[in-house]
Amino acid sequence: MWAILSILVENKPGILFKVTHLFRARNFNIDSISVGVTENPDYSKMTITTYGDEKQVDQIVKQLDKMIDTVKVEHLDEHKTVFRELSIFKIKLSNANDSMEINKLANAYGGKVHDVKKDSIMVELTATPDQIKAFEELAKPFGIIDVARTGVAALQRSGSS
Amino acid sequence: MNNMENMIGAKALMTAMEKEGVKQVFGLPGGANLPMYDEFARCNIRHILARHEQSAAHMADGFGRVSRKPGVCFATSGPGATNILTGIATAQADSAPMVAVTGQVSVAMIGKDAFQESDIIGMANPVVKYAFQPRDAAEIPEVVKKGFFIAETGRPGPVLIDIPKDVQQNEAEMVFPDEFKIQGYHPWSDPDIVNVEKAIDMLLHSQKPVILAGGGAIISSAFAELQAVAETLMLPVVTTFKGKGAFPENHPLSLGPIGMHGHAEANKIMTEADCVLAIGTRFSDRSVGTFEEFEKGLKIIHMDVDPAEIGKNQTAQLAVVGDVRVSLRIMVKLLLQKAIKKTEETPWVKHVKETKAYWQENLKLHPGEMGAAKILRKLRELLPKESIITTEVGQHQMWASLFYDVIQPGTFFSSTGLGTMGWGFPAAIGAKVARPDVPVVDIAGDGSFAMTENSLATAVLEDIPVIVFVLNNFTLGMVAQWQRTFYDRRMIGVDQGKCPDYVKLAQSYGAQGIRAQSMDELDKAIRDALSSDVATVIDIPIDPEEDVLPFVAPGTSLKEMILPS
Ligand SMILES: Cc1ncc(C[n+]2csc(CCOP(=O)(O)OP(=O)(O)O)c2C)c(N)n1
Repeated sequence: MWAILSILVENKPGILFKVTHLFRARNFNIDSISVGVTENPDYSKMTITTYGDEKQVDQIVKQLDKMIDTVKVEHLDEHKTVFRELSIFKIKLSNANDSMEINKLANAYGGKVHDVKKDSIMVELTATPDQIKAFEELAKPFGIIDVARTGVAALQRSGSS
Repeated sequence: MNNMENMIGAKALMTAMEKEGVKQVFGLPGGANLPMYDEFARCNIRHILARHEQSAAHMADGFGRVSRKPGVCFATSGPGATNILTGIATAQADSAPMVAVTGQVSVAMIGKDAFQESDIIGMANPVVKYAFQPRDAAEIPEVVKKGFFIAETGRPGPVLIDIPKDVQQNEAEMVFPDEFKIQGYHPWSDPDIVNVEKAIDMLLHSQKPVILAGGGAIISSAFAELQAVAETLMLPVVTTFKGKGAFPENHPLSLGPIGMHGHAEANKIMTEADCVLAIGTRFSDRSVGTFEEFEKGLKIIHMDVDPAEIGKNQTAQLAVVGDVRVSLRIMVKLLLQKAIKKTEETPWVKHVKETKAYWQENLKLHPGEMGAAKILRKLRELLPKESIITTEVGQHQMWASLFYDVIQPGTFFSSTGLGTMGWGFPAAIGAKVARPDVPVVDIAGDGSFAMTENSLATAVLEDIPVIVFVLNNFTLGMVAQWQRTFYDRRMIGVDQGKCPDYVKLAQSYGAQGIRAQSMDELDKAIRDALSSDVATVIDIPIDPEEDVLPFVAPGTSLKEMILPS
């Protein structure tokens, strides 16, 4: 099971280390991670995605909850959550049509095109990890020169808890 | 504000600790904690000098386990701080309340690889319950208050307070708060009464129920409650090794510890049970063997103060989260209300008693006069029941598990989580400081004692008369046993020779050293030690080839117990 965990922590130095260390020490895995300060500068929010069966995810949540620096830990329901990841792809342009094709592809996924050069183009995509993966598959034949991805950021929709 | 006072950080530390009721600390000074040490001259806290920071931590640990209040240890920065780590990790593994205070280089030098700088916060984080590093002297009073609170509440554990030297020296307006808030810390939850009711139901509806009591039962002093539940429902009681003595081991329903070196009867009954009331245990692999095999066909009711323990190693059918003493109290009350009391011996209890009698009669003991069982039974016979026992790690520890019956609950302590050789003796010193009124005995092996034997200096000079009971097989016995059993008798790195002579060693520190080579000599040695007012080492030479049996080999299940042939 793929799980999205939302972790509200005190905004103090060293906490990212402690959280990630917990995963390592407890033999859990981090699939992606993103951290940013919240509207209240005393807190940061981490979003961690991970894989595990129900029992494992439950253990991860409990262990995180036990940490003194974590204020709130939530296992978000994927279906009631808006979650996005930002990715930037640098893609090779080999022939005249490539640029147009990639533009179309980017449009189809709601992406933005940047830095169009003679032999490369950059696409910025904000989407779910699945969509990014799908885009990646389609872009592969052109030749992916480089890629950078953030972790997932996620918020639960209103009215669901 | 009237409770504001101008003082330096070091003084604020002492004042705050006095407010926490600290009467003594165990430590060793150095450049980076000298401002704090200087304050010992001006406060009412006794400083007990250890000869190694690891021992200082074990002393604090022993004090904490016995008194249930955090024991305090002090070390300087760098190597002092790294030395103390083993002691901190040991306390963490056994949920012992402790506050460790280390000196650190000045704030401006942090990160510059300064002399005796070590990133102790980074190193200790995985093995502490929490770590603080105040960067401003004014933070100290609140840090101390929070630190003690975290160390002793919920599931207890070690807290590290690392104080840069300039923070110790700087003056500030100190406010000693009575109240504080730690947002992410919720040490208490009230047990769910409905679940306690369900637990009673499950126990009543099972054919072969047992109680498995772990260290949590001892930490929360749930002794009377545990006994009441066991007697009312007529439940046989096994313990983990850490839970040894949570229930009087001379009680007819007691079977003793399960596990790798558990009692044969306890392991047998545990594997036959269909429902277990597990109290304050993490289901350590040393206790339950392979996890999958253990839970097969077993309904588990898990009571624990730490919600993260539920489902960590074993799947529980029912969980009761909360202090186990409170949970058991509720159970006792419900049993009374519902007028539930078993008066007739069930076939299961009859079977349990027969199993126990069988194994106790058929135990194959070492034939010699100075076999481990006889030695430990002699100790038991001569010690008052309220005596406190600590142990080191090895065969002697497991013989203590098998042959030393704890009669008064909560008087037996061992490094069971981390398995730290060298823990028992300094921990005994800490225990004796907490309870000067009762005899304190460290059951030791020669290898373990060698690790912290220099604590004899502390015991003698600080007038803390403990007894060290060395079962001396001149070898790292437990490792030797594994080499005999699993490595075709290739004995590598286990021979301890005949050096040192522990009697002379003790005497050179000004302690009493006695060698006991026969039962008569042992009898006299124990009596002499008990009536002595200085620390005593009793050196008891034993057969280097004596094995601890029964034995559940690592990675196997309790069913596969190896028995004496
Ligand atoms: C600090 C530390 N190092 C190594 C070990 C591994 N170990 C476990 S038992 C043991 C031998 C203990 O020897 P001794 O204290 O003489 O006790 P005995 O087994 O002979 O009774 C060793 C080396 C350990 N538990 N702790």
